[in-house]
Amino acid sequence: MSRIRSYIKTFTLWELLQGLSVTLRHFFIRGVTIQYPEEKTPQSFRFRGLHALRRYPNGEERCIACKLCEAVCPAQAITIESDVSADGTRRTTRYDIDLFKCIYCGMCEEACPVDAIVETRIHEYHMESKGENIMTKDKLLGIGEKFDDMISADKAADAKYR
Amino acid sequence: MSDDIVNIEVNGETVQARKGQMLIEATDKVGAYVPRFCYHEKLSIAANCRMCLVEVEKAPKPLPACATPVSEGMKVFTRSPKAISAQKATMEFLLINHPLDCPICDQGGECELQDLSIGFGSDVSRYSERKRVVQDKSLGSLVSTDMTRCIHCTRCVRFGEEISGIPELGTCGRGENVKISTFIEKSIDHELSANIIDLCPVGALNSKPYRFSARAWEMEQRATIAPHDCVGSNIYAHVLRGKIKRVVPRTNEAINETWISDRDRFSYEGIYSSDRLLTPRIKRNGEWQDIQWDEALQELAAQLQKSAGGDTGVLASPSSTLEEFYLLARLAEKLGTANIDHRLRQQDFSDQKNDPVFPWLGCSIADVEDQNAILVVGSNLRKEAPILAHRVRKAALGGAAVSFLNTEVYPYFFSTDQYLKNTDLVAELASVAVAAAKVSGKPLPATVRDLCASAVSNAAQEATAKALLDADKGLVFSGLLANRHVAYAAIRQLVAAIAELTESSFGNLSEGANSAGACLAGVLPHRGIAGKVKDQTGASADQLIDAAAQAVILFNVEPDKDLSTDAVAKLADKKCVAAFTPFVSAALEESATLLLPIGTFAETSGTYVNVEGRWQSVAGVASPLGDSRPGWKVLRVLGNLLEVDGFEYVSSEDIRDELEQQLGASKETRTYKANGSAAKVGKGAAVQDVPIYQIDAVVRRAGALQRTPEALRSESGEAK
Repeated sequence: MSRIRSYIKTFTLWELLQGLSVTLRHFFIRGVTIQYPEEKTPQSFRFRGLHALRRYPNGEERCIACKLCEAVCPAQAITIESDVSADGTRRTTRYDIDLFKCIYCGMCEEACPVDAIVETRIHEYHMESKGENIMTKDKLLGIGEKFDDMISADKAADAKYR
Repeated sequence: MSDDIVNIEVNGETVQARKGQMLIEATDKVGAYVPRFCYHEKLSIAANCRMCLVEVEKAPKPLPACATPVSEGMKVFTRSPKAISAQKATMEFLLINHPLDCPICDQGGECELQDLSIGFGSDVSRYSERKRVVQDKSLGSLVSTDMTRCIHCTRCVRFGEEISGIPELGTCGRGENVKISTFIEKSIDHELSANIIDLCPVGALNSKPYRFSARAWEMEQRATIAPHDCVGSNIYAHVLRGKIKRVVPRTNEAINETWISDRDRFSYEGIYSSDRLLTPRIKRNGEWQDIQWDEALQELAAQLQKSAGGDTGVLASPSSTLEEFYLLARLAEKLGTANIDHRLRQQDFSDQKNDPVFPWLGCSIADVEDQNAILVVGSNLRKEAPILAHRVRKAALGGAAVSFLNTEVYPYFFSTDQYLKNTDLVAELASVAVAAAKVSGKPLPATVRDLCASAVSNAAQEATAKALLDADKGLVFSGLLANRHVAYAAIRQLVAAIAELTESSFGNLSEGANSAGACLAGVLPHRGIAGKVKDQTGASADQLIDAAAQAVILFNVEPDKDLSTDAVAKLADKKCVAAFTPFVSAALEESATLLLPIGTFAETSGTYVNVEGRWQSVAGVASPLGDSRPGWKVLRVLGNLLEVDGFEYVSSEDIRDELEQQLGASKETRTYKANGSAAKVGKGAAVQDVPIYQIDAVVRRAGALQRTPEALRSESGEAK
């Protein structure tokens, strides 16, 4: 009996039509493709992208070189050197993050007692030559300054859950 | 004896304790930890932090374990609800005024308050009033202060009163207003002062050169030896990425207990001074050029082979390692020269044939504090060997009669029995010898009869001799001022005679960290390995530059500082002067023809033999800077180029083991036997006092030490 049924199906192109029906259905369903980079998916304010070092509103660096981020980093991507600054405070003289090592877990951000190191929503960046994967202190502070509004807004949005 | 033992119960466990012991010692013995801040086993009991409150049965209130003596049948509970609640309450009070700045505090991660607040602190503070703020004190270049963090345990105050003997810090005010302070602003100025950094349980007192440069958890702790005096203090170097960040004491009850001198603690700064020599350099036509190691060593080997045996000389710093000494001695042997010496500052060599195999103190370092009478001759002891001075102080506090015999009065912070001051050390010693003969009723030994011919003793000298004679354990030792004296031979014979007459032990301090090692390894003009007498006596350090016409090897020696002033000019005339040195200076550039960068004490493995004859081997702790290499490796390759037999060592341990095997029993031979009589006078300056922070090349470059009042005083020529 089943042999007869399959014989008929073969001659009536039943399976082809079944497949084409899926195609036909999708002609009328709304598409889900995002036209990146013109279009982008929504991001959480907790998105963990490129790192930044922040400053206080008066321009003072937040980072106090406590090295907790360096200690907590599971990928050992952070390297810090510190010393006494000109005004007698504890400051970093070197703050490097190796983006190739970083796994974007956000633990540095969690460990920071002064909210100095943060992970921004920036995730579109690239390196063209060797060495650019090392984010130096200047670069990190630069990102912090440039995207200060975004970082502050994200921190404010997250504050009520902390 | 059994009367002295009491039985107590700690948390249900029976413990035996000595009568008069404090509870905390008994609880520590069974491992029942009681939290504490002010209690320290080397200091007196203050009982002012109240952290060690424990419950004792039948006592109405919790009692401080550090200040409660044990008594028979006592039942102690260290973890009962009552004890814990008392400890938690104390912690809450301590945290009221303590700032929450652990992330920027250098003590963070190794802080006793931080550790105990995990166990006994509450998670939320109930205190909402104003916190106390205290102005930081300026204590000089070694210790940084953050006085707001102070919890007033007074360990630093007690250290000054009990250990260093000069109360530099004290408490002002009372109650909430109590402050630790110098009262009148001044730098701390004792050679052991920086130990308050280790004593401070919080971050109030910290190391200034180390300030903010690393965290406790990221450094590796590596054991090594401090090579600046003949004591050989045990230290830990804390190393981050191959670089020493700070030095802390390593407890060794037989040597330095838990203390180290400031010189040992802060000398590491010198390792990273800007004038480190990073590549081998050669002088060609008056111009210095950088060259490769192989080229440099081949050049040196060729030069050495060219010069005839006696025309070559070797001068080594007395702080080099035993392995380096041994290789130098073997190289000199191969080159056929006896002109090799390490006694750079000694002036009188006339009695050298009677030298013991190696110099020693006369008793072990730990035994010094058990002596009943001590006579120290020709020594600025506090500056020469601070740890030994501390032992002598302990002996004095324990009731020993400690006397000094010097050309001038150096201050000590205990009551000295006699202070014999005389610009003529020999005359004074002769008088003491006469006094010793008089009080003991024995005749003067033949060796010193000439020296004592016209000497007359006075009451003070007789009292000194009497104290030594009456003592069960007496010790007479001479220091480095005597070592460098123009009439050292006479001084040594007299000191030995005094020791003999008063039945005391006899000893002497030695230069650098490893004079004993140099003598054992044969870095001497008249002796080979293990004190074997050489067929032909070479030139001693003072004559060596003149004797060696062609080539001189300087090992870790700075000619302008370690040798006489005219050494630089004399060396500049030589054909080949190879300086093995970690540092480069104008004087070295002027005098040398070849500069070979070797590692400092921290960058080389090796063995140091201290003044009690203890062999201490350590591994290199820091990465050598630039192209510099450990000294023994360089010498080993040089030996291969000169085709010395059996120079196939792969580690410094190989070298040490070979030497140890050759030494055999003579490793322990160290008695001095006076023989013949010595001449009384020599030429040159009678006493050479080298300032404490000028003793070797590394210390001379340690920035923080050079900014201490002590260093500034010696720079301006002001005597202390």
